[in-house]
Amino acid sequence: MSGLTIENLSVNVAGKEILSGVNLSVKAGEVHAVMGPNGAGKSTLSNAVMGRAGYEVTGGRVTLDGVDLLTMDTYQRAQAGLFYAMQAPTEVPGVSMHDMITAALQSAGSSASALGDTLVREASAIGFDAALLERSLNVDLSGGEKKRSETLQMSVLGPKIALVDELDSGLDVDGLRTVARRVEQLTNDGLGVLLITHFPRVLHELQADRVHVLAQGRIVKTGGPELAFELEQTGYGNYVEESPKQSSAGGFDDLFNM
Amino acid sequence: MTLLFSPDRAAELGEDQQRRDAVERAASAGLPDTTSEVWRYSPIADLDLDALDIVTEPPSAELATPDHLAEALDGLSAAATVTVADGFVVSVQVADGWEAKGLQVEAVPIKRYEPADGSHLFDHLHAGFAPDGVLVKVADNVAITDPIVIRSHLNRGVAGFTSVKVHAGPGSEVTIFEYQSSDGDGLIVPMTQFHVEREATVNHAVVQDLDHQTWQIGRVVSTVGDHATLNSSLIAFGGKYARLRTDSDLAGRGAKGELVGAYFADGDQILDYRTFQQHIAPDTLSDLLFKGTVDDSAGSVYTGMIHIHPEGAGSNAFQTNRNIKLGDDAWAWSVPNLEIENNDVRCSHASTVSPVDPDQRFYLHSRGVAPTVADRLIVAGFFEEALKRVAVPAAAQMARSLIAAKLDERLARR
Repeated sequence: MSGLTIENLSVNVAGKEILSGVNLSVKAGEVHAVMGPNGAGKSTLSNAVMGRAGYEVTGGRVTLDGVDLLTMDTYQRAQAGLFYAMQAPTEVPGVSMHDMITAALQSAGSSASALGDTLVREASAIGFDAALLERSLNVDLSGGEKKRSETLQMSVLGPKIALVDELDSGLDVDGLRTVARRVEQLTNDGLGVLLITHFPRVLHELQADRVHVLAQGRIVKTGGPELAFELEQTGYGNYVEESPKQSSAGGFDDLFNM
Repeated sequence: MTLLFSPDRAAELGEDQQRRDAVERAASAGLPDTTSEVWRYSPIADLDLDALDIVTEPPSAELATPDHLAEALDGLSAAATVTVADGFVVSVQVADGWEAKGLQVEAVPIKRYEPADGSHLFDHLHAGFAPDGVLVKVADNVAITDPIVIRSHLNRGVAGFTSVKVHAGPGSEVTIFEYQSSDGDGLIVPMTQFHVEREATVNHAVVQDLDHQTWQIGRVVSTVGDHATLNSSLIAFGGKYARLRTDSDLAGRGAKGELVGAYFADGDQILDYRTFQQHIAPDTLSDLLFKGTVDDSAGSVYTGMIHIHPEGAGSNAFQTNRNIKLGDDAWAWSVPNLEIENNDVRCSHASTVSPVDPDQRFYLHSRGVAPTVADRLIVAGFFEEALKRVAVPAAAQMARSLIAAKLDERLARR
């Protein structure tokens, strides 16, 4: 099967079930948006698929082009063609993007000889200051620069599937448009995108083929692009189960069982 | 009795009652007591003094130049180059023109340094056995724009006592690059002293690249005058137990002491730093950043004391020590201290000992960087903050290549 397939995925974080049987598949060239309220498990989905420590898969399967990802380490998933554009990319003092991408290509047995030119070209295409290529990764970058940096890395590493977490945070309208155009071009060349977003705004710039609503750890509704705009009007209220009534007496347990 | 406690052997360096007396004091002092705070965490009781020979004349053999030293010196235009072997100054070369401008570099007897308070066995041995040392003297208002390179080597099986004294006249500027190596088991007791006069600037870096069987008990002692600056970088990779204590007196108004440390211990090495900074004049600044990595079952010690004396009004003092613990059995003690006797000051101190940051690791892994390579990048990157502050570019560059070599060796073992 081509593309990313997530079947019945359940994930615990710190012993608590956050995802409870998620089903989703993203084929080459498609854009799928996963939307949902805060705390629905959106970031857990991307972290678990990428194999981050602390996200314990308790059930289900995740495959890329039919190959099981869950038995792989994170770097092997990346080398298999998965990319994770983070909402808040980590600062790595003293390591430049150039150093990191060189190491990534070499780790995968590829040549990094033409990388310098490629980076400069891609940086210019999305308005990322080329001087930042040699500076510490994500250190002292604005929110918008970080998103441009993530997009640039995605372009250069050429993954099959990108998990893109809150693409629009920190970007102004023009910045979002530039970055969304670049991602769209990559999808025209076959990239599949799983776009994780709280706000529908980003979908005005990057058209989704399918929209999924994630709530209480499950996909509760799937539809076409119009679903996102419906959510823009109605919010997530229809999809959030009412919390069980708390006893009015309160107590310490209420403070800790958030 | 060990040879190191023989006044007659000391007298072979020159009949001198002071030498004899110092050796007598050494004999009665014995090895330092590790229950005292300044020797805590040290394995000094394991040092076998009986196994060491002492040297009373300069060795004759030529020194080999290791690759990374050759690389650092390649294309480097030095104002002077000094070679020291087993504590003896064996050659001094001053480049054309510098002497006439006011640079003096020569081998001379260096006044013994034995602080009344806190002197120990190795200070007494240094006073008893150190031959002539290196004197670097810069005339007033002269800027020596090329570095002075001092290369010191210790041969196997001996105890060596080196002395370097730098005297920067008012308004002068000079850069000192020390490189220390050795061949095997042995003891090196290096003593570097700085006298930085009014408005002078001294940039200093020492790269300690001793054999992993060598012991080092070293000192760097400095006095910094009015509006003068000492920027000193203490970079260490070698040694079995390599200890360096710095005593920095910020003695003139507006004096600045910038101290940088970068160290990487692996195997069963212990690298030990004790820093003492005295703010004894108003408006003085001490800024210290030490970064280190410990791997395997190696350890590091950082204990720092910033003391702001009652006269130190308007002083700023910053002290940061950060350590990455790579190996499960590796350890790092980090103990920054402040003693403040004046309220009109700004001070901060911070210290951390932690493994490689899991978020940084995940970030690199998520791009497809293999785990061992990712750790190598993160650790090398970790040192950059410190290496950027090293005021001797050739030393910073050498540190980068020695860090890379340690990390490559680590990769090869895994």
